[in-house]
Amino acid sequence: METLIEVHGLEKTFTLHNQNSARIAVLNDVTLSVGSGECVALVGPSGAGKSTLLRCLFGNYLASAGAIRLRHEGRWVDLPQSAPREILALRRSTLGYVSQFLRVIPRVPTLDVVAEPLRELGVETASARERAAALLARLHLPERLWHLPPATFSGGEQQRVNIARGLIAEKPILLLDEPTASLDAANAERVAELIDEARRRGAAIVGIFHDTEIRGRVATRLHPVAVEKFEAVA
Amino acid sequence: MNALPGYNFAYLDEQTKRMIRRALLKAVAIPGYQVPFGSREMPLPYGWGTGGIQVTASILGQEDVLKVIDQGSDDTTNAVNIRRFFNRTAGMATTDRTEEASIIQTRHRIPEKPLNENQILVFQVPLPEPMTRLEPREAVTRKLHALADYGLMHVKLYEDIARYGHIATTYDYPVLVNGRYLMAPSPIPKFDNPKLHMSPALQLFGAGREKRVYAIPPWTRVESLDFEDHPFSIQRWQQPCALCDAEDSFLDEVVLDGGGRMFVCSDSDYCQTRQAAGHTGSENTPTEVSA
Amino acid sequence: MSAQHGDRAAAAKTPGPLSQLAGKGGGAPLLRVEGLSRKYGGRIGCSDVSFDLHAGEVLAVVGESGSGKSTLLQLLATRLALDAGSLHYQITGRGLVDLSALSEADRRWLMRTDWGYVEQNPRDGLRMNVSAGANVGERLMAVGARHYGEIRSTAKDWLQRVEMDPARLDELPTGFSGGMQQRLQIARNLVTRPRLVFMDEPTAGLDVSVQARLLDLLRELVTDLGLAAVIVTHDLAVARLLAHRILVMREGRVVETGLTDQVLDDPQHPYTQLLVSSVLQV
Repeated sequence: METLIEVHGLEKTFTLHNQNSARIAVLNDVTLSVGSGECVALVGPSGAGKSTLLRCLFGNYLASAGAIRLRHEGRWVDLPQSAPREILALRRSTLGYVSQFLRVIPRVPTLDVVAEPLRELGVETASARERAAALLARLHLPERLWHLPPATFSGGEQQRVNIARGLIAEKPILLLDEPTASLDAANAERVAELIDEARRRGAAIVGIFHDTEIRGRVATRLHPVAVEKFEAVA
Repeated sequence: MNALPGYNFAYLDEQTKRMIRRALLKAVAIPGYQVPFGSREMPLPYGWGTGGIQVTASILGQEDVLKVIDQGSDDTTNAVNIRRFFNRTAGMATTDRTEEASIIQTRHRIPEKPLNENQILVFQVPLPEPMTRLEPREAVTRKLHALADYGLMHVKLYEDIARYGHIATTYDYPVLVNGRYLMAPSPIPKFDNPKLHMSPALQLFGAGREKRVYAIPPWTRVESLDFEDHPFSIQRWQQPCALCDAEDSFLDEVVLDGGGRMFVCSDSDYCQTRQAAGHTGSENTPTEVSA
Repeated sequence: MSAQHGDRAAAAKTPGPLSQLAGKGGGAPLLRVEGLSRKYGGRIGCSDVSFDLHAGEVLAVVGESGSGKSTLLQLLATRLALDAGSLHYQITGRGLVDLSALSEADRRWLMRTDWGYVEQNPRDGLRMNVSAGANVGERLMAVGARHYGEIRSTAKDWLQRVEMDPARLDELPTGFSGGMQQRLQIARNLVTRPRLVFMDEPTAGLDVSVQARLLDLLRELVTDLGLAAVIVTHDLAVARLLAHRILVMREGRVVETGLTDQVLDDPQHPYTQLLVSSVLQV
């Protein structure tokens, strides 16, 4: 099994300069290794820093210390040491992220929102849309919604759009933050199937799943994230 | 020689003439380039040919023969007065005949008869800067000239075609001199533009109010700007001059007392010369066909 | 933690780390900015700004009024003279060229072929007394296009590309709405297929609904044409939507720089934190 994610001694501390420089240490010495075909579920109480860890893995939060090494096009890339351009290249072809909430791009119809990651990889518009349509159909998103921007959709509908967008490009590393939170059991099951497929395809997956049933259904391994918070005045 | 007492020869003092001649030499050396000069107050208002008069005064010699035309005619107020001005201040010989003149000062026309190497044509120029309507800042137009950056002029021609279906500029039609400087040929009809090209005569331009002189030396390339699919063309008339039957001259429309109209040569000398040679027109009423 | 953002501020100033990565990421930068400074009398307009911009990269410069972001844009576009520092640009076939060593004629040629500049107020970037078509066609004519029909059809195509009614080709921009004028200005800039476009608050001064549509159009054009862009904006939402990277400026200096979503979601510098926390959430 090839290792795709390697985290060593990751620390994340937020310094709130405008609130008396309060320091909030969220992650301390996190070490994690995820291989191809694994789905690691982060577990721990609310506020333990599970989402923070995922965001650090995505490069959305800046690691305070430690290494986050990701396998990208046959070589290791250390995320905290990478230029924005490098991180964007990594996200384009290697690193997928499904957040809890869809960040809506004004006016862009759902089908194009979902097809965009493929288009960024150079897939021609028509076939990117075709694959987007197939995925949305699998997720049972009503076809009448495909040509509307997702801004006005319900939470569950938006989440499925988000999942489709995150999974369509079949990236080798996937980060999933509560992908089934707003879904009913039937739709959650369809998402679980997609996650399984991605894993069997060889993706390394790190996810947060509140629903223990879904977690048990998709995770191959659990990784505890401890509460490690303290406040100090600098 | 019977110049008015109390005036220097040709009105201007010799230092002023020298300054203007220096500017003219520079203008001849850089064809089409606008050379600033210290324009003097003249005893006539701006717009009546102060620039042309100063150029003429600076180059006149006692042996010269002067012809002055306004819109092609020797007999209009402006032409008559300028001719009389030099007659009085320089005691000049004057003429109406193009071929007899050594210096021809003109407003709005180039004579129809071909000029020769011993002649100088002096144009009166109201607005020397061809781009001024699109770019009023002189600092900018000077830079555009310096860099031969003339896309702006084509914007104007583009706009003409977009609005009227053809290049509607019919006078003061912009030209490129010697492949380098964009130049306003003064408000001559575009009919006369081809005469600027490879002319044997020296062509000098004077703008009194704007304080600029410029020149086209003899035998210099002068191209009228155009588009590949809208090439430059000159005005044509369906019928010849009603008085002299000329088919190759620029025609003016004349409204007759009876309410009718006819088209006659704007170059009065050309028309009279032809009539004297026995050409007679139909006195029909041709209609102008836009070029 | 303070050491952390100290390092990042240093990284913002020296192009070292970025230029090393340029080798990995494929080729030299399109624009290299080193130690750019400009003073207005005793006041600092812009001080010691350095960064590399690569082809297809969109950089947002954010900060409040007076932060020096507009001065920076003017310096980059060579509209203002530098007091110190250097600008290098990748000219096709010539490699990285020091812009200060370029002749005025070459510089102007570059500006109207390979560069664009979108003004905040479209009236400053358009010729208001000639038609939309002439506005779009001007750059083509400036670089030697002499076929009326072709210029016209290219202009028409571009009106469509910026979602304007091509039937308005012969109308004067004075009759257009602010949003339409801004579209026209964008078309006028993009017609020569520039590789680098500078934009000064391109959506400020427009109605919110018009703003959203224009942003969306810009996003599409930038992606489709692979444009590199430097966008000055005080609006963090504009930066988030359009930019790959952000440069946060304060009092003429770069206080933070990085990946757009990282800087906005996990700002490090006190000023950036203040800026981000001051935005009303919608």
